[in-house]
Amino acid sequence: MISDLAGMLGDPLMQRALVVACLVGLVAPVIGTYLVQRRLSLLGDGIGHVALTGVALGWLVGNLTNLVPKDALAIPGAVLAAVVGAVVIELVRSHGRTSGDVALALLFYGGIAGGVLIMSLAGGSNANLVGYLFGSISTVSTQDLVLTVALSVVVLVVGVGLRAALFAVCHDEEFARAAGLPVRALNITIAVVAALTVTVAMRVVGVLLVSALMIVPVAVAQLVTSSFRRTMLTAMAIGVVVCVSGLTITYWHDASPGATIVVLAIGLYALVAAVRPLVVRARRGGTRDPHPDVADDVVLTSGDPR
Amino acid sequence: MSDATQPVIEAAGVTVVLGGSPIVRGVDLTIGQGEVVALLGANGSGKSTLVRALVGVVPIERGSIRLLGAPLGRAVPWQRIGYVPQRVTAATGVPATAVEVVLSGTLHGHHLVPPRDARDRARAALDAVGLAAAADMAVQTLSGGQQQRVLIARALVRRPDLLLLDEPVAGVDVPSQRAFATTLAELAAGGTTVLVVLHELGALAPLIGRAVVLRHGTIAHDGAPPPPQAEHADPDHVHLHPHDGDRDPAHDEAGVTPTVRWQR
Repeated sequence: MISDLAGMLGDPLMQRALVVACLVGLVAPVIGTYLVQRRLSLLGDGIGHVALTGVALGWLVGNLTNLVPKDALAIPGAVLAAVVGAVVIELVRSHGRTSGDVALALLFYGGIAGGVLIMSLAGGSNANLVGYLFGSISTVSTQDLVLTVALSVVVLVVGVGLRAALFAVCHDEEFARAAGLPVRALNITIAVVAALTVTVAMRVVGVLLVSALMIVPVAVAQLVTSSFRRTMLTAMAIGVVVCVSGLTITYWHDASPGATIVVLAIGLYALVAAVRPLVVRARRGGTRDPHPDVADDVVLTSGDPR
Repeated sequence: MSDATQPVIEAAGVTVVLGGSPIVRGVDLTIGQGEVVALLGANGSGKSTLVRALVGVVPIERGSIRLLGAPLGRAVPWQRIGYVPQRVTAATGVPATAVEVVLSGTLHGHHLVPPRDARDRARAALDAVGLAAAADMAVQTLSGGQQQRVLIARALVRRPDLLLLDEPVAGVDVPSQRAFATTLAELAAGGTTVLVVLHELGALAPLIGRAVVLRHGTIAHDGAPPPPQAEHADPDHVHLHPHDGDRDPAHDEAGVTPTVRWQR
């Protein structure tokens, strides 16, 4: 058992994969917390689909310029496309011409269709896209690792460092505007950081499941917390645990790491949701009156007038 | 800037167009330091829109607005202005404690990180609205009236010189309204200028020195608080509340509304 673990940790491929999984688990819920707060849980999915077009564009440019390997520009292309897509969604949302819902739907379809179309122009096959659709953490290169670390640092610095301002904008945009806060800049910051997070997480779970890593840990955390700060911290911890354990499981059992991680996270949600009512009831003792002690607005003729 | 004779709010010819219709039409409003002004009017008369325009939440079509001597925009000392939007709830998709919500009131302009003493100030502001015990509770577990008070604390935490409140006591029980009136009286006594959107003066009546009544987006009255319609005191008077449904056409004909009726 111990030697098995040592073997896993000694494998350089697995070392890189573990570092990436750890970082993604830590970073994805940070921005996910803001997205859940403003009820934009599906934004990550929309950005992910656009990122796929970016992957194909990177591939196309790489092919045209005879780069080796052909996919050297795939991740930079994804970053660029995701950022542009995120900013466009934010502008559409804030101008209110189209509902956020419809804007997201357009991105979903446009992103996938654009990706497949451009990929065929680039001379690649849809098989080349599958790695991005479902993740390919087992083939993380040193270059990927460096990019992941850099993007993760950016997301953490912005998402945690500016949390008071980002909280204010996500909690009550009208109040933030009336406080003179740079609301548009903050909104675009959230969109861009979400885009960076998507491209980082894409490596681990793929475009189709990217949003799960941002949203599900937050969904689990908010079942058991009462503060924003603790929700974010708990979600980050859950993210790291499910990413690392999912990856570890697939080291021994042949399964898709991305899918395993997401299934673990959703299983955890189901477990916590089932256990929570029992714990809450036990803690409250079932006797406490939940109503605040406020005098009645009316005079009651019978009974205690207070 | 802090010249005592300078108006705190100076609005001239303010017109707000939303969705193609003029909601506020050519409103002139000047409020001096230390005044406590009630903004009254029917549902749909443009009260909320006017206040939202004053704090820059909705754009104005024509006219000009100066707050504390500065034209609306970056030059306004936002840290001296507290705004309480009209809200049914203070909760969003993720849990947040009352302190966390109030903390966002310490941010303004390009100050995006709360000051060092922000947490203590947030607790003090919650104490001022009688919610010290609920400081660490999730806002979504609080009652509607308590959530409204959390939003008031968020405006008070920056110790504003100008306070704008949009129906702060709508849906709040009478004891809480009285408590709020006491808080507001203390602030006014300290020199805070207050503009408060109300449906009826209620518990705040003793504080209000001046009332501005909007009707169809223009000012119909500006001066001493007018007495309410006699039927308000009538035991048979049916008191309709906002969001209950459509306006009564019979009252619309008279240019007044079911919710607040003023002698002409």
